[in-house]
Amino acid sequence: MAASGTDRMVVVPKQNYHMHRVRNKTSDLLYSIFRYALVIGISFIILYPLFLKVSVAFKDKQDIYNPTIYMIPQHFTLDNIRLAAQVMDYLPLLANTLLFVTITTLLTAISCALAGYGFARFSFPGSNVLFILVILTILVPTSTLMVPMYLHFRSFDFLGIIQLFSGKNGINLLNTYWPSMITAATAGGLKAGLFIYIFRQFFKGMPKEIEEAALIDGAGGFKTFARIMLPNAISPLITVILFSFVWQYNDTFYSALFMSESPLISLKVASLPAQANQLIPQLMGFGSNSGIKADPNYVAMIVDTGILLAIAPLIILYLFVQRYFVESIERSGVVG
Amino acid sequence: MRTIRLSLKSRRALLGLAFISPWLVGFVFLFATPLLQSIRFSLSNLSVAPGGYVLDFVGFKNFKDALLVDATFNRILVDSVGAMVLNVPMILFFSLFTATLLNQKFRGRTMARAIFFLPVILASSAVAAAESAGLINLMGDASAVDASADGGASFNVVSIVRMLADVGLPMAYVDYIVEAIMRIYEIISSSGVQILIFLAALQSVPGSMYEVAKIEGATAYESFWKITFPMVSPLILTNVIYTIIDSFAGSPVTQAIYQTAFKTQNFGLSSAMSWLYTLVIGLVLIVVGWVLSRRVHYN
Repeated sequence: MAASGTDRMVVVPKQNYHMHRVRNKTSDLLYSIFRYALVIGISFIILYPLFLKVSVAFKDKQDIYNPTIYMIPQHFTLDNIRLAAQVMDYLPLLANTLLFVTITTLLTAISCALAGYGFARFSFPGSNVLFILVILTILVPTSTLMVPMYLHFRSFDFLGIIQLFSGKNGINLLNTYWPSMITAATAGGLKAGLFIYIFRQFFKGMPKEIEEAALIDGAGGFKTFARIMLPNAISPLITVILFSFVWQYNDTFYSALFMSESPLISLKVASLPAQANQLIPQLMGFGSNSGIKADPNYVAMIVDTGILLAIAPLIILYLFVQRYFVESIERSGVVG
Repeated sequence: MRTIRLSLKSRRALLGLAFISPWLVGFVFLFATPLLQSIRFSLSNLSVAPGGYVLDFVGFKNFKDALLVDATFNRILVDSVGAMVLNVPMILFFSLFTATLLNQKFRGRTMARAIFFLPVILASSAVAAAESAGLINLMGDASAVDASADGGASFNVVSIVRMLADVGLPMAYVDYIVEAIMRIYEIISSSGVQILIFLAALQSVPGSMYEVAKIEGATAYESFWKITFPMVSPLILTNVIYTIIDSFAGSPVTQAIYQTAFKTQNFGLSSAMSWLYTLVIGLVLIVVGWVLSRRVHYN
């Protein structure tokens, strides 16, 4: 396309017209070949590690040392998956993680939608200053708040109520799900500032007449929000729910800080290599004290299979929602 | 029962406050309070006591310790800022380029989009950590056998360096480009959200502008620089800020702060470190924001 840089399309003389079209067509063709090469190349870079993991997951132990095998295993086996699932205690772990992540995601979506709507449609004293503070929560790194938050949840006491009634120094909420639930319900969880911003941008763009009509029909503020505004906010809702779900699922920072001992996939994956080294000889039938170490390459295989098991739910989820996801981003006004 | 009569305006104001009240409660108790506390912690020596903690005011000692006594903090901080300076332009360039690519109409576009956003879903520090123990160790993989056999199978960096240097590019640029190529996966996987933001911006550019430009005889190159670029430029600022914050989020500095607090139990020093870190990020954001916002075109 850039090839026709110098011709100006003023009046094309008749004899040149044909030439011009041929040249345009070739440059278009070349450009589209170039584009496909790029798209396919980048797609390959993204998918390659995934393919490698899938290939490893079905490979038999003897295939590791066979240099003639590239991707497709010669001895197809499900042993790796079985062993990795055993090491991770996969199904209970997955159920637990999904329950936890779903609840925090829903709480985040609700609290952020409320806040976004409040900032978009109402003016109250200090509303602009408060919105600047929302932006501030995006900018301040979480590690700054880490120590006070940790100590706060170690002896949790809302406004000193617990001390007032029982005389104790608050309750220890560490290693329970409460810290994440509380931060999610108060729109302070993972990247909540960004979500509030997305909702605010969307609600600002909605026509005011809808609300006025609802008001005249006698609906109160919350009813209007729940019945009229929220059902229309499908695009930002999908965006926020998907992002929140994925980030919560992958999060190690908050989970390691508040509930390092809870069974969550992200924590399990981080400790997977160490655990695989320790557990595999036992699971393969050697005694725990026999001093036999598993083949490091085999352990690496199990670790890769474990990673695949950990990210599989996300990939499956993504396969179902990716269309809505991209479309909703385009319409939800992440753009200011 | 008598109800208090309020004007419509103050009723609306109260309703608005009711909507933001969950956030406000969270902000006051779980953001503002910890933020102020962490300033206090950074100026004190904190020791954990049963059911609480004891503070010992020590002034700026923790800050001095972080900068002058701690063996690695200085270096990690400078390294992180340096890595950020290198990364941000690469990620920005790549994401704008990719967004323009994905915004064009071609067969298989939906599939390409689905693949390109996969890294957003899979970006996880836990997976990355486990991966470094997994794939790299897997010496029995066929590629490793190839590499140990003749070393020719993998992609040859030296030849690129030589080729680019022969063209006459300054070595600094060559280094930069080669580094970008070597870390292409990392760059792709950290530019997912930025691609989404740019893509959303590109979708909002009215198609009629391109038609007019075409009729006037502008080439694709010209219409990119005269239409696309100015229209998405406000989002460049957004993306730069997002990238800076994102690149700091999983940086070694965060790790160091975490280690100091929970491995060595030195909470005061850790708070001081995190404040130094916050100040550095704040400074970077202010400088970048100031420089860019003067050049951005708003319509």
